[in-house]
Amino acid sequence: MNATETGVTKANGAGARARPRLAVFKFASCDGCQLSLLDAEDELLAVTDAVELAYFVEASRHADPGPYDVALVEGSISTPEQIRQIKEVRRQARLLIAIGACATAGGIQALRNWRDVDDTVRMVYAHPEYIETLDTSSPISDHVQVDFELRGCPINKYQLLEVVTALLVGRQLRLPTYSVCVECKRHGVTCVMVAQGIACMGPATQAGCGAICPAYGRGCYGCYGPMEAPNGPALGHQFEQLGLDAPDIVRLFRSFNGYADPFRLISDKYEEVAR
Amino acid sequence: MPDLTPNIGAFASIAKEDLARVFQVLQEMGYTLLGPTRGETAIVYDEIESVGDLPIGWGDEQEAASYRLRQRDDNAYFGYTLAPQSWKRFLYPPVQKLFTLTVQDGTFEIDGNAAPAPRYALIGVRACELRAIAIQDRVFLSGNFHVPDYRARRQQAFVLAVNCTEPGNTCFCASMGAGPRVGPGFDLALTELDEIFVVEVGSELGRQVLGQTPWRPAGAFELQNARRALAEAEQHMGRQMDTSDLPDLLYRNLEHRHWDEVAQRCLSCTNCTQVCPTCFCCDVLDQPDLTGQRTDRVRVWDSCFSLAFSHVHGGNIRPHTRSRYRQWLTHKLASWIDQFGSSGCVGCGRCITWCPVGIDITAEVAAIRAEV
Ligand code: SF4
Ligand code: SF4
Repeated sequence: MNATETGVTKANGAGARARPRLAVFKFASCDGCQLSLLDAEDELLAVTDAVELAYFVEASRHADPGPYDVALVEGSISTPEQIRQIKEVRRQARLLIAIGACATAGGIQALRNWRDVDDTVRMVYAHPEYIETLDTSSPISDHVQVDFELRGCPINKYQLLEVVTALLVGRQLRLPTYSVCVECKRHGVTCVMVAQGIACMGPATQAGCGAICPAYGRGCYGCYGPMEAPNGPALGHQFEQLGLDAPDIVRLFRSFNGYADPFRLISDKYEEVAR
Repeated sequence: MPDLTPNIGAFASIAKEDLARVFQVLQEMGYTLLGPTRGETAIVYDEIESVGDLPIGWGDEQEAASYRLRQRDDNAYFGYTLAPQSWKRFLYPPVQKLFTLTVQDGTFEIDGNAAPAPRYALIGVRACELRAIAIQDRVFLSGNFHVPDYRARRQQAFVLAVNCTEPGNTCFCASMGAGPRVGPGFDLALTELDEIFVVEVGSELGRQVLGQTPWRPAGAFELQNARRALAEAEQHMGRQMDTSDLPDLLYRNLEHRHWDEVAQRCLSCTNCTQVCPTCFCCDVLDQPDLTGQRTDRVRVWDSCFSLAFSHVHGGNIRPHTRSRYRQWLTHKLASWIDQFGSSGCVGCGRCITWCPVGIDITAEVAAIRAEV
């Protein structure tokens, strides 16, 4: 299990507790994960009571320097400057938690990793000469030690609440690593793959979203990335049985978390087939 | 007037439309009705209000990794095989709060689950499902440790069983000795014929309910038709399982190469365990609030296919899908017998239908048997 002991301060009855200092940083990303943190409307006051929001520019102009007890890091590493910045964040943070598909797998922008980066830059920017970029968009863990990862595109507020409570109580962080199927079955959602023949990434994808898409009759898009023991080849084979051709299968595995190894290997394999 | 209502073990006959009266009597007795109803893509068990909620005229086609609703060419009330999930979700809910723990003046205060257990009338319980409930009773209610919330729901549940005359392509209850005719444990059991239901009385409570419904003695012809329908069903199981030499066959083959072969196909997704009416494994979680002064303790369904489930001090005892699938199958068909005195499989076929890649317990056992 990828869990970590947090233990910044122990809960000791009703006594006063030191408020852990929390910082939120952004790299190459859409800000959606940070917005999900702010989405914890009902709990936000309790959260700000319990932790000190020392650095969170999306929420407050107030920005305190480190060191921090916890740094939540959104976004992938996409430029040379970001490599320097993430190393500095790491130096300032006791615990570094990568949040969202960009920070944990490179994000949707990692689609460029399969192309020539200069081509991509010329395609997107009117003045490519102003753009300084790396060849790839890569997860935080490719560059510095990451203590824990919150998955999702975007993450949801329950993960933040779990981080904060675990931190305050000083216990293990517990988030599911099993498949989305567990959530479908718990919620009584009838399997879209079995009952409708819809290709669904759920069996290979980590739970945590509450199985939103299958509940609305859609196949899972894989927002939470590979589950603990993904069997991509077997799922790919089942997609073939459902009548999908190789390019369709490439697209399913190659999305927000497409650059995560277990998904990347499958999309690469089907791309070979498609050629 | 002497009470002429048939005794336990005796049969009556009721007109189809009088099933509505049975529902009404149960509702007057304070039961919440749970029964089959047509969802968007499947016939599921859910709360129902009246006979109109039953999937009248609808059936299903089941195969490995495939389920489709199908319109029937008659108006059968119970003309489907099995819902995707069993009664387990009501008697042993997937997420159940056990109690709330509060820290107060340096001590703990426990606030138990105060809400009274719901009084369920289970409408349409199949033979395999009734056997599965009996198996879970043994797990949860025998020996020294009982599961109180299960006991509360179970003890006050009314069981209206319906004999299965529609076995599906993934069914093999006959092989497991669990169907298609319902065994003991029901209050009333119906067999559906064209115009009437043949009703068997299974308990004093069932007799009381029947006594308040228009009934007449079952005719010899009706009884014969009901028997014939069940005999035919027994001949039409879509699957079979040779249970001879179980559990030893599996114990002798713990290193069989077929486990590796299954592991290539298995997604470790847990679906088979969650839809299985006898699988009972759970996890217990604390959900503390931000003050750290209060936590809910919650029981959730778990599965031997999840990694955390077999994570113990020092590491994981079943790190590969091969060992997880082997654990599941050998527990179900072998060590369950040592542990609880019966097989853990009732042959309902759900694990076959609802496995996204169609892994088939009957075929996997047959493969191991074929090349020992
Ligand atoms: S093992 Fe499969 S066939 Fe047997 S009772 Fe469980 S779900 Fe039904
Ligand atoms: S046997 Fe099928 S349902 Fe069970 S874990 Fe494997 S793939 Fe999932």
